[in-house]
Amino acid sequence: MTALFQPGALFGVCGAALVGIGLFVVVTHPGLLRRIVGCNIVGAGIFLVFGAVARRGGAAGLEADPVPQALVITGIVVAFSASALAVALLKRLSELNTGDRAETTELRSGS
Amino acid sequence: MTPLVHATTPGGYLLVLAVILPVCAVLAIIACGPRSAARIAMITLAAGLVVATATARELMSSGTALSYVVGAWQPPLGIALRADGLAGAMLVMTAVVVVAVGLFARAQYGLQESAGEGRAQATFWMMLLALWSALNAVFIGEDLFNLYVALELLTFAAVPLVCLDGRAETVSAALRYLLFALIGSLLYLLGCGLIYGQYGTLDLLALSRLSRSDPALFAALALMIVGLLAKAALFPLHLWLPPAHAGAPAPASAILSALVIKAPVFLILRLVLDVAPPQAAAIVGQLLAVLGAASILFCSVMALRQARLKLMIAYSTVAQIGYLFIVFPLASGSADLPPWGTIAWTGGALQLISHALAKAAMFLAAGVIAQAFGHDRIADLGGFGRVLPLSAVAFGLAGLSLMGIPPSGGFIAKCLLLTAAVVEGYPWLAATILAGGLLAGAYVFRVINKALAVPAVPIQPRRTVPQRLEYAALALAAAAVLLGFVPLRPFGLLQIGRGDVNLAWTP
Repeated sequence: MTALFQPGALFGVCGAALVGIGLFVVVTHPGLLRRIVGCNIVGAGIFLVFGAVARRGGAAGLEADPVPQALVITGIVVAFSASALAVALLKRLSELNTGDRAETTELRSGS
Repeated sequence: MTPLVHATTPGGYLLVLAVILPVCAVLAIIACGPRSAARIAMITLAAGLVVATATARELMSSGTALSYVVGAWQPPLGIALRADGLAGAMLVMTAVVVVAVGLFARAQYGLQESAGEGRAQATFWMMLLALWSALNAVFIGEDLFNLYVALELLTFAAVPLVCLDGRAETVSAALRYLLFALIGSLLYLLGCGLIYGQYGTLDLLALSRLSRSDPALFAALALMIVGLLAKAALFPLHLWLPPAHAGAPAPASAILSALVIKAPVFLILRLVLDVAPPQAAAIVGQLLAVLGAASILFCSVMALRQARLKLMIAYSTVAQIGYLFIVFPLASGSADLPPWGTIAWTGGALQLISHALAKAAMFLAAGVIAQAFGHDRIADLGGFGRVLPLSAVAFGLAGLSLMGIPPSGGFIAKCLLLTAAVVEGYPWLAATILAGGLLAGAYVFRVINKALAVPAVPIQPRRTVPQRLEYAALALAAAAVLLGFVPLRPFGLLQIGRGDVNLAWTP
């Protein structure tokens, strides 16, 4: 039982839990914004798992393994860009939809 | 501790060029403004084609894989690029399709000189080039995390292509595609983390020597393969593909359907054959083959039922992707024959390449038809073959390859797969291949029948389409057919550099 409370294992279990919560949100929620947030929760869980993996590198005599940390930084940049692209598309979609409802003719001639 | 597995070979710089040339061109377009986008893109297309052919020539002449170790840092810490025979074939295929589609887009954009189109055109060229760079990075990547970044770049370049025209339904399709792709790549990333935790390296070549049967590796491979299946749109994860590929402009659909979904398929192939231990690979192969067969049957029937030409072609893509997954159990190899020595391996690679050429040709032909008549409802296209004979011929030739009728690349591919299915004792796969061919014949003939029909009122094009627009589709379709006449040459090329992977196979 105490093995579970080692820092590495605890991070790993929390990461796995976050991945599960995020996947649950993505699969069950119909709202697109919630799904994007769900993807971000999955991403956060994965980065925690990477942190736990880095911690295990300590066995080799290092404070922690630097490679997974470098991977996490890149991963955060990629996940951020993905969220930005998804939110931009969602914003455009909601503009198009509300515009269609309000003033259909004007939008068509404008675009 | 990890053995030295990579060393830069003489032609290795070609691999670097294949990745950075298109990126430099994107930066140049941003710097020079949208007006020069088409010109810069044309120059890059030519240069990229030269790089790809030079890579293939170098592979053929040296007979070994090309490698480049970035910054001379060895893999556990650094990153290696490596092109074996299969990757070389993918590079050439990508270059040919991208150049043909680029020429088509240049001709098509040349027709519409309206003011508001400039931004969409510049976006198209930038995304096309970014996508090319990402594809090349996937094909020659050796580091699993590097491959993750390449896959994400591919998605980020492909999603804007889906919604280039900015209509609500295409934006919605693009968003759905992005969400599927995001979940897919996140699952892949989680698998990378588990593999690094277990083996301390992400290098594919090193992993192929280190991998052993352990639960962490199985969990990681399951996550990665499911994630990649979502990106490759295999049944039942194909839901995003038809609206996304059918809604995009013709050149974008051609690239998306012909090339973009091949990148995850290629990665699954590498994971299953190179990284997974043989027993696990056999189980995974069976599961993938069942999904592939379901994909062929279900989506061929769906293609038959579509009223719109582009949706039909998009469903046909999902069906044809299924053929690539039934390769796995057939190419599992035996004690004296490695997977890449089997005929199913060659058949699968030929299917991948011939589908890329044929499907790009079909989407371009459909684009010409939609442009000429203003719609792509199959029922209202009776007699279009008289108005657009070249496009009808291109569609028919591409259809030959999809059906697997000789002489065509698709025929050789499906014939090899069928033979492998019979020899290896998979009668249900053989039956699926035959049924898939019949269904493909049915949906292609539905269109050809319309093309040759003589309606009471001759169909009139809404606007005339210059013939040069049709040549790109015709050239790609002809290439798909000609692939059937050079069956023995790829045989040697596809096996270059495979021998040093997975030493378990060598005694």
